[in-house]
Amino acid sequence: MTDDEFTVYQGLAQDTEDHRWAFGTGFTDPLEGIDTSVADGVDPAALATYCLMLGDDALIYSHRLQQWMTRMPELEEETALANIALDLLGQARMLLARAGRAEGAGRQEDQLAFFRDENEFRNVRLAETIDADFAELTGRLLIFSAWRLALFSQLTGSADPVLAAIAAKGVKELTYHREYAAEWVIRLGDGTALSHAKMQAALEAIWPLADELFRTDAVIRTLPAVAADPATLRGEVDEVLRTVLAAAGLDRPDRAPMAAVAGQTGRDGVHTEAFGYLLAELQSVARAHPDATW
Amino acid sequence: MVTAIRPDPAAPALEVAREVAASVPDPELPMVTLADLGILRDVTAEDGQLVVTITPTYSGCPALREIAQDLRHRLSQAGFAPVTVRTALAPAWTSDWITPAGRRKLQAAGIAPPHPAPARDRQAPVPLILGTTRRLPVACPRCGSPATTQTAAFSATACKALYRCDACREPFEYVKDI
Repeated sequence: MTDDEFTVYQGLAQDTEDHRWAFGTGFTDPLEGIDTSVADGVDPAALATYCLMLGDDALIYSHRLQQWMTRMPELEEETALANIALDLLGQARMLLARAGRAEGAGRQEDQLAFFRDENEFRNVRLAETIDADFAELTGRLLIFSAWRLALFSQLTGSADPVLAAIAAKGVKELTYHREYAAEWVIRLGDGTALSHAKMQAALEAIWPLADELFRTDAVIRTLPAVAADPATLRGEVDEVLRTVLAAAGLDRPDRAPMAAVAGQTGRDGVHTEAFGYLLAELQSVARAHPDATW
Repeated sequence: MVTAIRPDPAAPALEVAREVAASVPDPELPMVTLADLGILRDVTAEDGQLVVTITPTYSGCPALREIAQDLRHRLSQAGFAPVTVRTALAPAWTSDWITPAGRRKLQAAGIAPPHPAPARDRQAPVPLILGTTRRLPVACPRCGSPATTQTAAFSATACKALYRCDACREPFEYVKDI
């Protein structure tokens, strides 16, 4: 084979130890060659848990977005959503890998994604519940991306350089996600009477899940220089939502937050009924065929 | 067609390795090289072994593994083995790193090169932009008309948006400014 005949496709076809498709041991480590030592004064276990929280938000929400594939109204929208889901999956991979390294028990991203049980996932419940319709998709994406963008903007100054680097990349991506969602919320809210009613109903349905995004928790409190305090993000996110809702002619919902269970929410591993089904779909193949490759 | 660079016996080895690595085409935009895109960050020698550092354009970029594979293959063909390929996350890739040569090649292939990335004040929240009016006009890479419309903010890859020329009516892609 000459150089000119060489293509990446031939490269993919080569059956070597480190080139395999799909889950299993085939993915390259997303943090390969990056210094993942934990800085002095940072509790590695707390850092691992925090990275799991942020990684699980992205992994689970990405999976929900992927479930929209083949169901979007137009090809362009489907492509857009696939790209957003892919960005989030990329963030999830790096964050889970960072969690595994900080934990120091040898768990890699695949073990963390496919072989943890429901109560070990730390994602917020907003990321796991199902969109009832396209309006809910856009409303949820707006709240999620506006919040995550505010969060990642703060994390660019994190005392953990790996987390700061992941956040700095993510900020650029999330800016596009938020813009995409905002444009759709305005288009639907400022559209026909029917689209307006559906968009308002969607916001009413999602709103109870938003409060959880701004709760400070015990793990986050132990990482003052590393983590962003969620309570400090509320002002920025509120301002974005106020602007978008005003442009869309939508009312800000007045809904009580979804109740915690014995004081616990998604961050503590307490999830909604929908989560078990999502996790089954996400994990069943990997669990049925551990270490399978194709 | 990609012309492989053969080692020049007179050139220092590291220089040859740099040239080989720089000439590797991007798997998703094969008209430009890794150096054109600014993905190739460094080529160094550590303890007599070649270390190539690359950076992803987007967090979920699926091409990164193929790029690493292609680098190892081409460098081993040029006599460099084993090769370590490392990922660098910081500083985050920006479309400003696409070289003038890379921009010309994209343009020639019908892909509009990016505008300068928006400057960000790290202390201030990222501004919400909304609407299409704020975007700088993207000239059609085929007919040059500045009258174009974005039809989708995302395209076949995360790094591009879809446009249509209002003059010649041709659809085209634009490498997003990030």
